[in-house]
Amino acid sequence: MVPLAHILALSVILFGLGAAGFVFRRNILTIFMCIELMLNAVNLAFIGFSRYLGNLDGQIVVFFVIVVAAAEAAVGLAIIIAVYRNRGSLSIDDFDSMKL
Amino acid sequence: MEVLLLLILLPPLAGAVLNGILGRRFPQAVVSAVACTAPGLSLFFALLTAWTFAHLPTEPAPYVHSYFTWIEAGAFRADFALYYDRLTLVMTVTVTLVSFLIHLYSRGYMEHEGGYYRFFAYLNLFLFMMLTLVTAANYPLMFVGWEGVGLCSYLLIGFYFPRKSASDAGKKAFIVTRIGDVGFTLGVVLLFWTFGSVDFQYVFTRLEALPPGYLQGSLTAVGILLFLGAVGKSAQLPLYVWLPDAMEGPTPVSALIHAATMVTAGVYMVARSHALYAHAPLALEIVAITGCITAFFAATIALAQNDLKRLLAYSTISQLGYMFVGCGVGLFSAGIFHLMTHAFFKSLLFLAAGSVMHALSGELDLRKMGGLRHQMRTTWLTFLVATLAISGVPGLSGFFSKDAILAGARQGPLGDPRLYWLATVTAGLTAFYMFRALFLAFHGASRVEPAQQPHVHESGGMMTRPLLVLAFFSVVAGYVSLPKALGGGEWFHHYLQPVFASSEALLSSTAAPAAGHAPSGLAVMGTSVLFAGAGFLLAYLSYVKFTGLPSRLTEYFRGTYQLLVNKYYVDEVYDWLIVRPLRRGSEVFLWRIVDAAAIDGLLVNGSARATAGAGNLLRRMQSGNLRSYATWVLLGAVLWLGYILLR
Repeated sequence: MVPLAHILALSVILFGLGAAGFVFRRNILTIFMCIELMLNAVNLAFIGFSRYLGNLDGQIVVFFVIVVAAAEAAVGLAIIIAVYRNRGSLSIDDFDSMKL
Repeated sequence: MEVLLLLILLPPLAGAVLNGILGRRFPQAVVSAVACTAPGLSLFFALLTAWTFAHLPTEPAPYVHSYFTWIEAGAFRADFALYYDRLTLVMTVTVTLVSFLIHLYSRGYMEHEGGYYRFFAYLNLFLFMMLTLVTAANYPLMFVGWEGVGLCSYLLIGFYFPRKSASDAGKKAFIVTRIGDVGFTLGVVLLFWTFGSVDFQYVFTRLEALPPGYLQGSLTAVGILLFLGAVGKSAQLPLYVWLPDAMEGPTPVSALIHAATMVTAGVYMVARSHALYAHAPLALEIVAITGCITAFFAATIALAQNDLKRLLAYSTISQLGYMFVGCGVGLFSAGIFHLMTHAFFKSLLFLAAGSVMHALSGELDLRKMGGLRHQMRTTWLTFLVATLAISGVPGLSGFFSKDAILAGARQGPLGDPRLYWLATVTAGLTAFYMFRALFLAFHGASRVEPAQQPHVHESGGMMTRPLLVLAFFSVVAGYVSLPKALGGGEWFHHYLQPVFASSEALLSSTAAPAAGHAPSGLAVMGTSVLFAGAGFLLAYLSYVKFTGLPSRLTEYFRGTYQLLVNKYYVDEVYDWLIVRPLRRGSEVFLWRIVDAAAIDGLLVNGSARATAGAGNLLRRMQSGNLRSYATWVLLGAVLWLGYILLR
């Protein structure tokens, strides 16, 4: 059996990578992928706990998270396409019409 | 009976409201009709109430009726309740009678003045407040009347408010009497603390049942504090300074408020609280001493005054001192007796002065009058009657009331020879300055300005008729109480006995007997007549026979004369000692530091600046930059999670 600590460590690393990318990357699609990465890191943590506590609840939560991630991806991508069509750019720094 | 009592108070209130709100649109005739009917009705109802009271089976016990609960806060309760006994009877009849006559006089006097309706509205309001004061059944309600008359006094003194001296005088009156009112309020609070009630009936019955010597500390304190209020309101030393300045108001105001009614409120209050003062002889001594010193002091100032109204003002202060001497030696009925006679002859003096002013287009300087008796016979004769009365010439009312006080000062329960002699000397001074005024104004060669000469005329009937009525009362009012020494029955004193008897008995029993042998009543009378005669003689010699005498005397006694003419520089001392430091303190500290810097700068503007600053800081979160939003989201999530996990 893989020790829980390893799974959690991997989860944390993945989450950290996702967070860092979320904050520092410029391309909006990349940011989106980082959001998905964070969600999946959380999924991994849930699975790990479910396996080691012998409880299926964690895996049920994963279902929910996947569904929500999918829905969110659909809506988010639709928004990005709309914005791209209006702005002509995928750089997050160009979405600045709310700036003073 | 309860309806009747209210009916005394209501007409002036209605008159004031009517004239105050609608008077601007009424013609003068309507305004004065409304305004004069009100005191007339009050007088009628006062007499009717007197008659009804006299026929009550419970007479002379006081009649008290509570109309509604006014204040009820825990243990403290003050109702709108009216208290009627023989003292109230005397006060209401005197007040309404004099007020009615003065209202009638004002119709003529104020005819050509602007603000006619305003004047009468204030005058009616004043009457309502004064009547509330004298009929109140508890100290808070009396205080309502007390403050109300102070308010009306302010409004009426400052009637010609476009003139700075007039509005200043109004402010001075209100502020100085306010100082006294602090004492009054504290006294009432202490009384409540001692007895748990401020209702007259409750407190006075408790006091009458109290054995002598009990609670003396608290009662003396209450007595002194209440008297402080009287010192302010009745213009005694050291709070008298507002009364001479109050002469800025129209003359009927001076006659009504500052001679006959408002200033007598302090005397009434002391008399009404006799049950309390009977247990506090020390407080009464203070009352008597203050009154006596004030009487003498004010009389000396009056000697040198050239402004007729100011002279009469100082005379009023002096006579009020007499009233306090009467109450202070334990003879409350004597004090009230003098209050009544003084109301008649002093208001007469003021109204006559107004008549003179009217004829001379506002001239008040005695040095610019003279020989007026030829052109103004009625005014001259009534002024003469009043002068005789105030000087204590036998046969007129002032003699009997002043004599009652002088006899009391010598032989009363708290009498003292020193009080007696000072008061007698003052009587001599009174005769002197009053006859001086009479001679300077009405006798001798005319010193009237040539421009005014053709205008000098006797006033119309509207003004002279009240003068004649007041003159009549100035003569006869004294006959209600012929002194025992002349074989009289002292009816007034006996009439008020049921009110004051227990207090006078208590004081007689607890006070030390007067030193030395008690002189007979005739001796007292004779001495006072002697001094009055001396005053008259000196005035006659100085102003009729040897008219060079006054200037020689003032030259010889230069220093003293300067002191008297400048009223002992009291106003200047107060200005330097109190007013100026207060103003500097207010300007430098209260205005610049507390108001401008602390409140405006720190609190108001400061809180605005703080809010703007905070807003500025928080604004940075809303930069429009998506990346910083992302950072904030992450940061927030981390912090929140950390908080949850570390709890």
